[in-house]
Amino acid sequence: MPPVLQVTDLRVHFFLDEGLVRAVDGVSFDVETGQVVGIVGESGCGKSVTMKALLQIVEPPGRIVGGQMLLRSDGAAPVDLARLSPRGAEMRAIRGAEIALIPQEPMAAFSPVHTVGDQIIEALLLHQRKWRPTGPALSRADARTITVELFQDVGVSMPGERVDAYAWQLSGGLRQRAMIAMALSCRPRLLIADEPTTALDVTTQAQILNLLRDLQRRHGTAIVFITHDLGVIAQIAHSVVVMYLGRVMEHGPVDDIFHAPKHPYTRSLLRSIPSLLATPQSPLPTIAGSIPHPLGRPPGCAFHPRCPEVMAECAQRTPALRVIERTQSAACFLYHHDEAEP
Amino acid sequence: MTAPVLDVRRLQKFFEVRRGFRRRVVATVRAVDDVSFAIQQGETLGLVGESGCGKTTTARCILRAMAPSSGEILFRAADGQVVDLAPLPRANLRPLRPQIQMIFQDPFSSLNPRMTIFDNVAEPLLVNGMRNRRARLDRVAALLELTGLRPEYMHRFPHAFSGGQRQRIGIARALATEPRLVVADEPVSALDVSVRAQVLNLLLELRQRLGLTMLFVAHDLSVVKHICDRVAVMYVGQLVELTTTAALFARPRHPYTAALIRAVPIPDPRKPSGDVALAGEVANPANPPSGCYFHPRCPYVVDRCRAEAPALRNVDGHFVRCHRAEELSLAGA
Repeated sequence: MPPVLQVTDLRVHFFLDEGLVRAVDGVSFDVETGQVVGIVGESGCGKSVTMKALLQIVEPPGRIVGGQMLLRSDGAAPVDLARLSPRGAEMRAIRGAEIALIPQEPMAAFSPVHTVGDQIIEALLLHQRKWRPTGPALSRADARTITVELFQDVGVSMPGERVDAYAWQLSGGLRQRAMIAMALSCRPRLLIADEPTTALDVTTQAQILNLLRDLQRRHGTAIVFITHDLGVIAQIAHSVVVMYLGRVMEHGPVDDIFHAPKHPYTRSLLRSIPSLLATPQSPLPTIAGSIPHPLGRPPGCAFHPRCPEVMAECAQRTPALRVIERTQSAACFLYHHDEAEP
Repeated sequence: MTAPVLDVRRLQKFFEVRRGFRRRVVATVRAVDDVSFAIQQGETLGLVGESGCGKTTTARCILRAMAPSSGEILFRAADGQVVDLAPLPRANLRPLRPQIQMIFQDPFSSLNPRMTIFDNVAEPLLVNGMRNRRARLDRVAALLELTGLRPEYMHRFPHAFSGGQRQRIGIARALATEPRLVVADEPVSALDVSVRAQVLNLLLELRQRLGLTMLFVAHDLSVVKHICDRVAVMYVGQLVELTTTAALFARPRHPYTAALIRAVPIPDPRKPSGDVALAGEVANPANPPSGCYFHPRCPYVVDRCRAEAPALRNVDGHFVRCHRAEELSLAGA
C-alpha cells in the first residue's frame, strides 16, 4: 500500500527583516498507514514548522517555498498539500477532517467560553459529510451522541456530564483526552500529535501514551508524533525522523535509530541523556557548544561545528539524505559523498 | 556527627481559599502537610513529585520567600549556630539570605534583560556589601570561569546568550555569595537535551569542587537519579518516601514511587516502559481523600488505607508512608 503521506523536499522559509530563516529546508519522509512516525529534535529544528506546513497554517512571514506533501485518500488521486491555498475550500475540507491535530497545550487550544462538547459538535457538523455522505443532515442531537461515544472511546469517565464541561473545569489529563476525542471526531487519515504529553505529569503522560497506542491499534490511524523527548519516541514510534536546524539528519526504524544510530548527532544525543538505566553521578558525554541561532546557521552540514567526527568537507558542502542501510538513511559524509540540492 | 545544614521538621504551609464579600474561608489547600527531612553538608537531596504536590512550595518556604504555617526550618549558619528560619522576621533573615541561594527553572525569565551579565551576577555581591567595583569584577570573572563561561563576555546582555549559557550565568549568580545551601528548582527542565547534559555535568563538578549542599527540586526522575544522593518523594503535600537514591530506585517501598518510576519512558524501544499507568488523577489538596491520600489510585489498597492515614515511618532505612510497606514487593528501575 502506498504511504498515507509522502513529504518530499519540503521547504518553509521565514522572510524576516533581519534575514532569511530556513526553518524547514529540504525535509522528506513517508508516513505509512497505521504507523507512528516520530519527529524528534531540539528547539529550532523545524519540527513544529513541519507540523504547521502539513496543516497549511504557517504564519507569515513564513511561507512554504518548495517541496511536495502528498496526501492519499482511498480511491482518490493524491492531493499535494503544498499546492493548496491555506484559505481555500479544499484545504479547509482536509484540515480537521483528513488531518487532525493534537496540540501541546489543550488549555490554549480549547475556547474557555464554550463547553468542550459544543466545540466537538461544531467540528462534527462542519465536516458532517464525512459521516453522512448522503441523506439528511446530521442533527445537533446526533452530533452530541457521537461526542459522548467519542468521550467514552478515549476513556473520559462520566462522558454524558463531561461534554457539558468547560475546558478549565477539567484536569490536564482529561482536557488532553477531550482534545484527542476532538481530533478523532472526523476519523482523520492522519493525526499530528505535537508534543501532546509535554505539559502533563509523568503518570498522566503514561496514561495518554497508552491511550494513543490503543487508539492507533484499534483505528489504524497514521500518526506523526512530534516531541523532544527521546524516551517518549522510543516507546511510541515505529520509525523516527531526527531533525536538526531544519534538516533531516537521520531517518529509520525506531530500533535502528536507538540501537544502531548512524548520524553523529543522533549518537551524541542518545549518549547525553541521563536515563534511569545510566550510571548515576558519572559525567554524561555532552555535545559541545549550543544550538546555533537560526540566522547564524553554519555553512555546510549545520551540525559540523559541534560534531565529534567533523571532516574538512563538512564545512563546505551540505550532505544529502541517502539510504545507507536497508531502511535507514542519514545525511552525513561518513557514509556517502552526495551533496544536497541547494 | 555535626548537625545537618538543613533540618526541616513537620513543615506545613496552608493556603486559605476565600470567597464572597466577607472573604470567608471556604477551603484550605494543604499545599505542604507535614514534611520533614534533613540535608547533610555536601549532600544533594532530590525533591520529586508531580505538579501540585507541594515541592516548589516547600522550596519557597525554605528560602523564606513565603512564611510557613507551622513547623521548623533549622539552618546551620556559617558561624555554626543553628537557627530556625520559620518564625524569623525579615530583618533577622537578611544576614542569612546570602547563605541560601536559588537556581531558577527558566533561564529566560530569571535574568534581568536590562542588566549586563556582570551586573546580574554581581548584584548579590553588591547587596551584601562588596562595594569595591574592582573586587566585584574579579569575583564575577572567577565565577564565570567556574561555570564554564568566558569572562570577556561579562559586559554583554543576557539576550546574547543561549539557554544553556544563561543557566550557567544563573548558577554563577547563585554561587556568588558562597552559599551554604543551594536550592535548585527544576534547573534543567527548560533546557534542550544536548545542553541539559552540560549543565548537569557542571552541577556535578561544582558539587565536587566546592562541596555544595543542594536541594534539587525536579519532576524528572532520570535527572534526579543521576544527580542526587538521597530522594524525597512527595504526593499531595506529603512526603511519602525518603531514602538513598540507590535504594529508592532498586526497591521502592511506596506504591506511588514505584508507579512514578515505571511511568518514565525509557529511551530504548526494546525496554517497554511507561505502559503501567496509574488510574485516575492526583487528589485535590483542598479536599484530600480519607485515610492514605494515595488510596483511590493505589493498586494495593486495603480497607485500612481508606480509614486510617499512615504515618511516615522507618522500614529498613526507608522512610515511607504506607501501611503495607513491609509486605509489598515493588519493582524498581
